[in-house]
Amino acid sequence: MPDGVRAALPLALGPLLFSASFGVLAVDAGLGTLGAVAMSATTFAGSAQFAAVSILDSGGGAAAAIVAALLLNARYISLSLAVASIFPGSRRRRALEAQLIVDESWALAGRSGRFEYGILVGAGILLYVLWVGGTALGTVAGDLLDPEAIGLDAAFPALFLALLAPYLRDRRALVTAAVAGAITLVLLPLAPAGVPIVAASVAALIGLRR
Amino acid sequence: MTWPVTWLVIAVVGAVTMAFKASGPVLLGKRELPPRVSSVVEVLAPAMLAALVVTQTVGGDGEIVVDERLFGVAAGGIAVWLRAPLLAVMVIAAATAALIRLL
Repeated sequence: MPDGVRAALPLALGPLLFSASFGVLAVDAGLGTLGAVAMSATTFAGSAQFAAVSILDSGGGAAAAIVAALLLNARYISLSLAVASIFPGSRRRRALEAQLIVDESWALAGRSGRFEYGILVGAGILLYVLWVGGTALGTVAGDLLDPEAIGLDAAFPALFLALLAPYLRDRRALVTAAVAGAITLVLLPLAPAGVPIVAASVAALIGLRR
Repeated sequence: MTWPVTWLVIAVVGAVTMAFKASGPVLLGKRELPPRVSSVVEVLAPAMLAALVVTQTVGGDGEIVVDERLFGVAAGGIAVWLRAPLLAVMVIAAATAALIRLL
């Protein structure tokens, strides 16, 4: 677990700044500090939280906000299936610890080419504390620093690219990644946000080919 | 926005997302999977990583957006190619995007 905390430390600034901007937006949208923190503590997934709160802020209805957020989070079914086997213990404990799955903790946990429980949990705990804490801070202190001004929106896709690289030595994984990337790119302008990533899971069926 | 509506959104999104995240470890758990299923699950990781890279690099609101992120990620990609450590990859990507944004 300490390994996981150490693995996630270099990313710490990201969740802190993004969650602070979420806090600012959430207050604008009328969630209040309590609502913003409650959402970060339960949903713990950046893009969906931003989507839901932006829709509420611009006067969209609850249904639109819920649908948009859940489409964005549907990818967690795929991420969760991919790491299903690493969680020990009772069903209740697995359900609880699975809440620490977030894009970054999940991707870091697979950095060696196979998923490691200690990394996922350690990284997940650090990211969770930063995410919930940053949200609270944002609601009272306002934006700490615009994440885009320091290029953090480019740092995270680059992180995922770096974590994808070790898989690409395997030919089947390489083809799968290429197909998944192509599906996502084609669907980006056509489907609602979140759907392209979920659809890209279909590329994993390439695993059936020997 | 009145508070019951915002709390409805917070509760539903939170509850369903928690169920999404728990689905794998709760439904599959440590069960031995049939080889065909496990070979699909095996390549799910590179598929999802590739999809995350694409959406976060050029994803917009229902469109493809080419902006500073693409240059940042390209620079990060070169760093990955040169086997730079993770932190260096992120810093290079961020600095590239931020510098181009300043110009």
